[in-house]
Amino acid sequence: MRKRIRYGVTAAALAGVMLAASACGGTTRGDGDGSGSGSGGSEAEADPNAEIPEGLKISFLPKQLNNPYFTVADSGGKEAVEELGGEFKEVGPSEANASSQVSYINTLSQQGSDVIVTAANDPNAVCGALNQARQAGSVVVTFDSDASPECRDLFISQASAEGIATIQVEMIAEQIGGEGEIAFLSATPNATNQNAWLKLMEEELKKDEYSGIEVVDTVYGNDDDQKSFNEMQGLLQTHPDLAGVISPTTVGLAAAARYLGSSDYKGEVALTGLGTPNQMREYVKDGTVEEFALWKPSDLGYLAAYAGASQSAGRITGEKGQTFKAGRLGEYEIGADGEIVLGPPTVFNKDNIDDFDF
Amino acid sequence: MGPEVDTPGTSAPPSAARSAPEPQRGPAPSVLRSLLRTREASVLGALAVSVLAASFMVEGFATGRNAGFLVLDVAAIALIALPMTLVVITGEIDLSVASTLGLTSAVMGQLWVLGLPLETIVPLCVLFGALLGALNGVLVTVAGLPSLAVTIGTMAMYRGLAYAVLGDRAVADFPFTWTGGATSRLPGTDIPWIAVLILVLAALFGLLLHATPIGRSLYAIGNNDEATRFSGISVRWTKLWLFVASGTVAAGAGVFWTLQYGSARADNAYGLELSVVAAVLLGGVSIFGGRGALPGVLAGVLLLGTIRNALMLADVSSDVLDIVTGLLLVVSVVLPTTLARVRERRPRPAPPS
Amino acid sequence: MSGPDETGAPAAGGAAQTSPPPAAPGPAQETREEHGGGVRTGRRIRQARELGILLALVLLVAVTALVNPGFLSGQSVRDLLLGATLLTILAVGQSMVLITRSVDLSVGSVMGLSAFAVGMMFVSFPGLPTPVVMAAGVLVGTVCGVVNGVLVAAARVPALVVTLGTLYMFRGIDFWWASGRQINAADMPDGFLGLSRVTLLGMPLPAVVALAVVLAAGWYLRNYRSGRELYAVGSEPAAARLVGIPVDRRVFMPFVANGSLAGLAGVLYASRFGTLDATVGTGLELEVVAAAVVGGVAIFGGSGTVYGAALGALLLSTIDAALPMLQVGSFWQQAVVGLLILVSIGLDRLLALRAARRLRGGGTRGA
Repeated sequence: MRKRIRYGVTAAALAGVMLAASACGGTTRGDGDGSGSGSGGSEAEADPNAEIPEGLKISFLPKQLNNPYFTVADSGGKEAVEELGGEFKEVGPSEANASSQVSYINTLSQQGSDVIVTAANDPNAVCGALNQARQAGSVVVTFDSDASPECRDLFISQASAEGIATIQVEMIAEQIGGEGEIAFLSATPNATNQNAWLKLMEEELKKDEYSGIEVVDTVYGNDDDQKSFNEMQGLLQTHPDLAGVISPTTVGLAAAARYLGSSDYKGEVALTGLGTPNQMREYVKDGTVEEFALWKPSDLGYLAAYAGASQSAGRITGEKGQTFKAGRLGEYEIGADGEIVLGPPTVFNKDNIDDFDF
Repeated sequence: MGPEVDTPGTSAPPSAARSAPEPQRGPAPSVLRSLLRTREASVLGALAVSVLAASFMVEGFATGRNAGFLVLDVAAIALIALPMTLVVITGEIDLSVASTLGLTSAVMGQLWVLGLPLETIVPLCVLFGALLGALNGVLVTVAGLPSLAVTIGTMAMYRGLAYAVLGDRAVADFPFTWTGGATSRLPGTDIPWIAVLILVLAALFGLLLHATPIGRSLYAIGNNDEATRFSGISVRWTKLWLFVASGTVAAGAGVFWTLQYGSARADNAYGLELSVVAAVLLGGVSIFGGRGALPGVLAGVLLLGTIRNALMLADVSSDVLDIVTGLLLVVSVVLPTTLARVRERRPRPAPPS
Repeated sequence: MSGPDETGAPAAGGAAQTSPPPAAPGPAQETREEHGGGVRTGRRIRQARELGILLALVLLVAVTALVNPGFLSGQSVRDLLLGATLLTILAVGQSMVLITRSVDLSVGSVMGLSAFAVGMMFVSFPGLPTPVVMAAGVLVGTVCGVVNGVLVAAARVPALVVTLGTLYMFRGIDFWWASGRQINAADMPDGFLGLSRVTLLGMPLPAVVALAVVLAAGWYLRNYRSGRELYAVGSEPAAARLVGIPVDRRVFMPFVANGSLAGLAGVLYASRFGTLDATVGTGLELEVVAAAVVGGVAIFGGSGTVYGAALGALLLSTIDAALPMLQVGSFWQQAVVGLLILVSIGLDRLLALRAARRLRGGGTRGA
């Protein structure tokens, strides 16, 4: 019985606390307190002729270490850092989650990295740590997946989101003959870039020339091979009239191609998206996949390293319109919000795939 | 976690009693006590050694700033490990804690989107966690189901519900006064305020466990559920409240996690339950219940955190971190057991029979 | 089907009669006369339990097929069977471990390590015949199982702690070995990758392998003395020791078997999915335990069959495949699986209580 009394007391106390708390105003969503913690730091003038010092510590922190895409991207970064005479380092978590990325950001900051090049697993979760690193003197460059703009200096975009969306829609429309049901096989439901592309592709598909195409489903393979494989399998069974699938992620496209290539649907259902030539070579050659697109990940890492070094040396400050030279890639201009676009994606098909090795 | 499991491993008295009932019965409790002492001492010793070694050998380790990072890294694990220690001492386990954290985070995000003030959301979330814990507790105590199986079930269920609540969205527009506040440091130091909360809670749980009759009854329950039931202690109510405490603290950790990373997501803290259990076991708590102490568990949490932090600063890759974590865990159980068996064998010059 | 108390093979005679480990752990003091009835009741309950899962499975398939007839097409059924293969094999191994009152949390890591080892062997020694590589993959799993078994049985430390430790260790070794590398389908011979497409009597080859594993393990547990002694060890270790069962050896053996089966699962994974990196099988351990528990294997040992575990695995994989077709949002999937686990252990408890009541001749206590 004493227990029951204790129950009552606890419940009453909790209710009281809550009432008291909600009674006195409280912080609600509309308050506009703003999460603007951006440390700015771009007051200094840019000096386009500043020397890039030797021995800059440039560290790469990909979404996760065991992703071949980032292995290639980081190798491009290494090439650039060596050209610049800096110190290259690649660290990262073994699973793609934001909390362990935060530990690594803190560690890099503690080690006194001059430039941190990272691809964010969650645009907001890494924000606080990135800002602390910037306050401690590091330049933060994001590539592939952006963090919130107020917590990084520069973002190297693999291609403009519109460019990526347009080319995938063009490819699928051509392969299915301009009409039919299509579906998306994406990465994780929370991936910033994936969601932006999906939205843009759906907008692109609203145009008159694509009126015969209908998007029937979007599934998520979590950038996990087995999950993507199963999701592809599910898609084809759930939608018997499916004409094509777009998978804007390298893991998803490879898994989808492998399922398609070994099933009865081969040749009947078109598949395209973003993938690496090495993973897709077999499926392009056996006819499972006609063509797909991607930027060169190594160039992405290369440009990120040059951009970070230029910012660290004071050649640029991240203002729109400033330009800098990025080694063999030539000159680049900074766009709005400190964004730098690598260039249009490359389309790979049977004719050119053997010219690439990544 | 079964009340009487054969491979006793670390519990010296039962095995001694089995092999030689009469003569060994006297010294058994003191053997247990000394073993306990060495077990706690060895974890604390390992922690001291690793902190010292890291300070001298790893550049950038022995700074206040880094200590702040370390505390934030282990905060959630440390919080959840406190009630988990008590739960494991009674011979039960709660594997649903990380999912409780994730579900709380998702609910918090959803309520924020609905426009509730954070001052209401936070206590609601903690209360919600208490309910989730109570569900575990009821299934274990009233329905009499094994907690390992129950909490594997609720682990999947709570995580699933988290996705059902928030789906693929991330809610991240919490006000900076709150998100920045979660990681803010104590004035004049580099130590985040959460460290104080952890210490206060640790003191509370520590007092409860080591200085009250309730605490002693927890050990009794872990050692012999059946016998304790006849001794007048309400095993059911005690266990139920422990699960409630576990859920509540996990929910509190969920609120903190959400604010710390400024992001409410359904997949927050995925897989954290194994890290918590690893830290608790490394801290010297017997998985079969009846043995362990809170200082050891805190030392275990800090030991794992320190080693990870130091190895990361020394640019050791994450795969080695996994190997070290696993090795530590295995060594921490194999070594004392083997030592105990050796010791058990030594005073055999005068065989009992 | 409930274990050692089925008086069967003459070899077991003496031991089985002096130590009748009951189907339900509760009523340990039943007399000899009640024992015969207990066996029958126990067996009936187990059969009812397995029938229940089968019923749920049939119901699920029927409803899904009604909503979406494509669910029963040839390709779909083949995919379903292939999908269940890995989980079934792992669940069979796990049940043997669970029956002896241990648990093996390292299976996901072992499977990943073995799968990667298979891929690496194809890359490093391209000339090696496929069967040799496959055997080596199984061997990798066996070695991991021996490590677990030695630590648990010989050093007598709690299985949950040890295998949680080896979960991290084996995964770490896998990461260290792979160091960011990925093995693609192009690195492996077509004959190996094509195994999933080979069918035997209309069933994909890996599913046939899984079926063979289930039947072999079931046969062993039922008809061999050492197999039935696993139940004795699991339900009452102290008593098992007293009647002369080599408890340590009986605890050790399932770990080795489970390791080998995890190795086999790794080989089949490599063959089916073709893309291998160090993250294969991450987080699988709890799903495997869940499959066994849903299938009626008691988490504290002494009861359950591998048939039940296999059915549990099949049910879980079918749910995964069916929910998207029933238009249930994929976000609900995990919640449903969690609920199912709770329902099945609750059901087990209810059945055990009823059995206990019947054994006591209408007595009501059964806490």
